[in-house]
Amino acid sequence: MKYFFSSGHGACPGCALPIAVKNVLYALEGKCFVVNPTGCLEIISSQYDRSAWGVPYIHSVFENAAAVAAGVEAALKALGREDEGHVVVFAGDGATADIGIGCLSGMFDRNHDVLYICLDNEAYQNTGNQQSGLTPPGSNTTTTPAGKVLPGKVGKKKDMVAFALAHKIPYVATASVAFPQDIRRKVKRAVEFEGSKYIQIHCPCVTGWGINSNDTIKVAKLAVETALYPIVEYENGELVRVRKIKEKKPVEEYLKLQRRFRHLFKHPKGKEIIEELQRIADENAKRFGLI
Amino acid sequence: MVRKVVRGFYSVAHSVKLCRPDVICAYPITPQTEIVENLAQMYANGELGNCRYITAESEFGAASILVGASATGARTFTATCSQGLILMSEVLWNAAGMRLPIVMVIANRSLSAPLSIWNDHQDSMAMRDACIIQVYVENNQEVHDLIPQAYKIAENRDVMLPMMVCMDGYKLTHAYEPVDLLDQETVDAFLPPYDPPIKLTTKDPLTFGCYAPPHCYMEFRVVMQRAMERAKGVMAKVFEEWAKHVGRDWGGLIAQDHMDDAEVAVVAMGSVVGLVREVVEELRNEGKKVGLVKIRSFRPFPTEDVRKAMENVDKIVVFERAISFGHEGPVATDLKAALYGYSDAKVYSFVVGLGGRDIPRSLIKGCVEKVIEGRVEPGCYFEGVKEFEEVIV
Amino acid sequence: MRITLGAVSKPYTALKMKTGDWGTHWPKVDEELCTGCGTCEMYCPDMCIEVVKVGEEDGKEVKKAKVNYDYCKGCGLCAEVCPTNAIKMELKDIYKV
Repeated sequence: MKYFFSSGHGACPGCALPIAVKNVLYALEGKCFVVNPTGCLEIISSQYDRSAWGVPYIHSVFENAAAVAAGVEAALKALGREDEGHVVVFAGDGATADIGIGCLSGMFDRNHDVLYICLDNEAYQNTGNQQSGLTPPGSNTTTTPAGKVLPGKVGKKKDMVAFALAHKIPYVATASVAFPQDIRRKVKRAVEFEGSKYIQIHCPCVTGWGINSNDTIKVAKLAVETALYPIVEYENGELVRVRKIKEKKPVEEYLKLQRRFRHLFKHPKGKEIIEELQRIADENAKRFGLI
Repeated sequence: MVRKVVRGFYSVAHSVKLCRPDVICAYPITPQTEIVENLAQMYANGELGNCRYITAESEFGAASILVGASATGARTFTATCSQGLILMSEVLWNAAGMRLPIVMVIANRSLSAPLSIWNDHQDSMAMRDACIIQVYVENNQEVHDLIPQAYKIAENRDVMLPMMVCMDGYKLTHAYEPVDLLDQETVDAFLPPYDPPIKLTTKDPLTFGCYAPPHCYMEFRVVMQRAMERAKGVMAKVFEEWAKHVGRDWGGLIAQDHMDDAEVAVVAMGSVVGLVREVVEELRNEGKKVGLVKIRSFRPFPTEDVRKAMENVDKIVVFERAISFGHEGPVATDLKAALYGYSDAKVYSFVVGLGGRDIPRSLIKGCVEKVIEGRVEPGCYFEGVKEFEEVIV
Repeated sequence: MRITLGAVSKPYTALKMKTGDWGTHWPKVDEELCTGCGTCEMYCPDMCIEVVKVGEEDGKEVKKAKVNYDYCKGCGLCAEVCPTNAIKMELKDIYKV
């Protein structure tokens, strides 16, 4: 069980979440406590008497993973058991950027020694693809559907990296399931820091985004190669590393593979949104020096 | 033991310190704030050993931190009331289901809207269904004594449930009373370190907080009800053990006065019991056959004790500090349910002192006399209400 | 039925769920083309393809990817990511006419 996460879980075929989780646990050699709020990962892996987890794990409620993790960390310190393992949170984008943002801010503010990993599949996927703060503009979700008038989500993708940096925590990074070796390296690097760490991992959702189960990695790579999902790394507030793009691709190549963006190619407001997304991508490339 | 005149919140903080908590979470809310402030000062002075004191970002955060800490094997404490208690209610229900013995002091305070910082029991009453043990105290010595007992009860392997020690906000928290302060030796001899049967540890990994589909969820709830039932016996034993240990006997799940030949029982919970006790004495001196039943444990409800106490009683007066809107006072409701089929006694409940409204002695005496003299029908009444006119603006 | 304290579960009890019957296709590894690089193993969401030692040659370990068909959901990611195209998704026998 070298990944500390077994087969038999209920994730959709091709789901990116277990790919992220297995590589994180592998990097930590299973020496960790996992805190996991309600969401896809929790539901597929922690049914009563059907647990996929080989590490100590706790699920409390939807919006309190950061606080529960703070409590685990505090208890380990109070009981002199910090050496047992690292405290890690695996939380979805909804639990992180929306309903759980209060507890997250408190945990970061007090700088608890916790590695917080946001598994970003860009919507509330477990309940059937409702929009979250991390849903990109133009996405067709069930609460921001594309209709005769509206072209999917009208709004931005919250910058949770900026949010984390604002709390002056020692390590902030983004990653993608397209590059598991990078995930492993970042996890190992993060736990060298004392204090709160935030890693946001881009996880395509087969069911919610409407892609083929074997396209998960291709789509994840395109998100990075179009510069829509910049892969960056901050240590003590300084940008120390980015993943450069060899050949920057236009955003359409990424969007056309996904059912959630397909309407943009037909909708009267679609062209505007594609241009907006291209602008965001170009700005990312410039801002982080990705080319 | 040293007798000192202290405020209620100090008697709580002092007692919590002696129980050697591992993680304390604090979030301010009137009138509990000084409890956590006292603990903060003790922490800053290095008096709490290896305890971690965390200033949470909200009551919800505070409760969640304690869920994580308790699951990891730490002895935990927090205090809250009113809006804060309702805010953390989601997590407390969750903690009860996860069988985490978190002990908290509820400085009973009214609920918004309209906003009120003053005392009544509406806050803890709103949580009575959550499978959390609730004990109501009469004075600051009782709350001081109850904290070590609370840990012993909650952490008992036959119980493993969160516990609320309810003390009236301002009326007890801020009151100066002479209290026999416990010492470390006395508490250490009574309360062993927290030794949970399971915990989060890499040495024996377990998955906490699983979800239960319909084929097994119900059994988990049955098990929780059983734990509450077992708690009755555990509590009675712990109360008895404590009485022998320090020589102060607070009674069992209920306490009684003059009930042997009482025809009218007066039931109350919390600090108002002190006043009711005096009124009962006065009425006894006037030759009236009244008795006092002080409910200490509201959850688990002391059904068996109450049935026994009310065996020969014709009338029961209940002083409520809360109302369940659309029905009646919660104490009378539960009392009647416990007595159904066992007693023909008529129950008269009086809702008093909501939002800190003063409860004068004359009000208590007046209500009991009304009942004795048959000037009122059984039912639920608001007492101490002023004349008013309902308008829009 | 066993009801645990607070609904805790033991590790790896998910292994009871044999998800291998979920999909219509299963991967077939061509051991001639497989170099044992481990890319498929790194990406597999179900931990059901593993690079294992199959023998020795010239004193060196020979490793190949092996599929655990009890759990393979047939997502096809292994076939997609394999750098030597050693994995092909094939229709399961039970679906063949």
